[in-house]
Amino acid sequence: MRTQRCKGTRDLSPAEMAVFRLIEGVFRDACLNWGYKEVRTPTLEYLHLFTSVGTLTPGMLGRVYSFLDWDGWSGERVVLRPDGTIPVARLYIDSLEKEKLAKLFYVANTFIFEATGEKTRERWQCGAELVGVSSPSADVELVMLVLEALKRLQIDGVKLKLSHAGLIRALLARLGLSSEEQAKVFDRILDGNIKELSELGLDRTELETLSALLGLKGKAPTFVKGLKALLAPDLAGLQPGIDDLVSVAQLLESLGADYQIDLASVRDFEYYTGAIFKIFKGRDKIGGGGRYDALIPLMGGRDTPASGIALYLDRLMGMVKPEALDKVKATRILVRARPEAAKEGFSLVARLHEAGYKAEFYLGAQAASGFDWTLDVQGKSPEFILTDRAKKKFEARTINEVLKLLKR
Amino acid sequence: MAETAARLKEAGWGLEGYNASARLYRVKSQSYPRLSAKIFHERDIPVQVSIGNYDLGICGSDWLEELMVKYPSSALMKVGSLVYGENALYMAVSPAQMIPTVEAVRERPGVVRIASEYPNLAERFAVNLRLRRFGVFPLWGAAEAYPPESADLALVCGTEDALAGCGLAPVSRVLTVSACLIANRNSWEAKDMKDIVASIYDKTAAKEEAEPEISRVSGRSPRKSKLFPPNGDGDTVRLALPDGHQQSPTFELLAKSGIGLDDYPSPTGNRRPATDLDGVAIKVIRPQDMPLQVASGNFDLAITGRDWLREHIYQFPTSPVKELLDLGSGRVKIVAVVSNDIPVADTADLIKFSAGRTAPLRVASEYINIADKYARDNHLGLYRVVPTWGATEAFLPGDADLLIENTETGRTIARHNLKIIDTLFESTACLIGTGRRVTNAVKRERIDAIIRALQTGVKLN
Repeated sequence: MRTQRCKGTRDLSPAEMAVFRLIEGVFRDACLNWGYKEVRTPTLEYLHLFTSVGTLTPGMLGRVYSFLDWDGWSGERVVLRPDGTIPVARLYIDSLEKEKLAKLFYVANTFIFEATGEKTRERWQCGAELVGVSSPSADVELVMLVLEALKRLQIDGVKLKLSHAGLIRALLARLGLSSEEQAKVFDRILDGNIKELSELGLDRTELETLSALLGLKGKAPTFVKGLKALLAPDLAGLQPGIDDLVSVAQLLESLGADYQIDLASVRDFEYYTGAIFKIFKGRDKIGGGGRYDALIPLMGGRDTPASGIALYLDRLMGMVKPEALDKVKATRILVRARPEAAKEGFSLVARLHEAGYKAEFYLGAQAASGFDWTLDVQGKSPEFILTDRAKKKFEARTINEVLKLLKR
Repeated sequence: MAETAARLKEAGWGLEGYNASARLYRVKSQSYPRLSAKIFHERDIPVQVSIGNYDLGICGSDWLEELMVKYPSSALMKVGSLVYGENALYMAVSPAQMIPTVEAVRERPGVVRIASEYPNLAERFAVNLRLRRFGVFPLWGAAEAYPPESADLALVCGTEDALAGCGLAPVSRVLTVSACLIANRNSWEAKDMKDIVASIYDKTAAKEEAEPEISRVSGRSPRKSKLFPPNGDGDTVRLALPDGHQQSPTFELLAKSGIGLDDYPSPTGNRRPATDLDGVAIKVIRPQDMPLQVASGNFDLAITGRDWLREHIYQFPTSPVKELLDLGSGRVKIVAVVSNDIPVADTADLIKFSAGRTAPLRVASEYINIADKYARDNHLGLYRVVPTWGATEAFLPGDADLLIENTETGRTIARHNLKIIDTLFESTACLIGTGRRVTNAVKRERIDAIIRALQTGVKLN
């Protein structure tokens, strides 16, 4: 049959939804344990939140789902949320600005057009935002939070890629590019078009130095050594960015995180100002985040530092092992009542739920093999007959007797 | 059209009946038996080629880019420039606004209003310029009349001289425009069209045009014209009058109402005619664009058709725009039309016809929101609204299944072998305004006086 699902979207089957909720639950627990509070923002926002400089790149803006609302005669458009961070920053400005420190998290869908079919157009992310603190510890806390969640999901072999928006901007300034050129180069890097840098009319030495800088990779000491080699020993103007990046990297390393500095690993969001993280398992990017100290003031809020991180739920779903799901399984019981005993049957199901069991009322279609117990309600003595997976039968006269038998 | 016809004649296509007085839209090539053609409004051509109704098309590169900028993954491709009909798209301002550069545009506080027949290109311009807040007014025409009062910027097609003649100065050249040959990518790959293309597309003469990139333009001093207050705070009443074929009946009605006008209809294309009414400023724009302009507060009153008012209300149900007075003239019926070739006599038949198909029902209309509501209300199931920009009757039977059209006598419809299956409503010219209370007493009295005068005029008409 012809599929009627919208192009670029996906359904989540019951099995997939179980995995989805597991990831969501683990992420929520991790956030609550670290003292973060959950928020939810609307799916619709005004487009202008995302259009000004320092928010989304032109490449991203060319793919947002924007349209005129039913009262949009002024020509101002609304957009299906293309990003999780900007709406939370807006929520903070709108209603939480009194709080000096706001630790917030969300599980939300975002919408971005995608033509290749490699990714979906609606994506889910688990995000955490830490508003009000500018220290490297804040960035490291966010990374530790998501690493903890990944560990609990039994997803191992996780690697971090670190970059630094402030350092990239300082390097571009150092190369003598005008502010217009800097912005263009940065946007190209963010849009993943590094190969197209040659079209910007930079001279050859500039281009070569830039490519070499963007190609620098390694742990902190190797990276700094490489920088010095490319730019002579004089790192004037770059020191604040380097110090920030190195202190974040060293703290993460001391905590046992596997990382690599890769300046070119930044992508998509123009709002980053400091350290940027990408989280990989193998080749799959499963999360990312970074510091965005300029975003809240840019959106009309007070001068407030902030950073955030997110896990990409769609990517994680394929990585969760079935064992991780087993832990949350409870005893499943199928209650089969004769027609004249329907009332007793439904009462029993309700009592079993109260006692913490997963009980279903038999509708003539469920296979007994999917359940740990089958429970027949007779409407005559003996009132209840329990059958376990081994087909062994037990009799009970009251619900309390049933519960006692189930506990054994 | 004349240039395209000349070019096709040169190429030896032998298209009989392709000329300015063409009354039928289908033409057949004498030289290429596999080639048949249809005449469309230029703006419809990229849409028709991209959805695969046509393999090839000739149109201005402005309309190609307008579609491609919004739908880059469509099946549309440019075969090449035809190096005639050269023009440019300019982002233009009125010198009265003191925003001479794109940087100055970016620094402007508040919402930047951009008026254009090219809403997608206008939006891309605003995004690339990183305007913090902007609103785009999609227009049917006359964008050059909007700055400075009704919009901050206008994206218009023309030459710098033509802009200056309209009292505008360019701040950025957005795109170089020339006629171009376009193709549907799937047809291009599947069909052999080499000989046809080679006959028209002279490679040596082809010039590649500039990317739609922001570039600077030379200064030229534009014509000065009398402006009216941009916001509704003052006591001047801002009235919009229609251009095009509605001008004569409107002029007659205003004359009978005792309202004198100077230079309307204007032989020189002046869009700001003078009036003997005290405290009233007039601008001439497209009737299609008026409801949106009144809703946005750019005008207090406008004379348009009820069809365009409904089209607006269906898109924006909470819009404050209202019909203030039925002017009685320009009576047309808005009708649902199908080809005589299909066995459909009324809407009930149409619903059955639509339900029995696997392909979507294609509804072509200039009134996309009226057409969409008609399809929704009648549960037409799987349908698609194809927007058109004129000569909609040319779309049946090949390129659409149903039209929502206006008709005065029904003769054009009959001539094209089409039939009316339903009448949606009747439309006449009307005066529109907003339901908002006018706080300024002088202005309120002036508006009431215009309505009273028009009531008298309607009785005499």
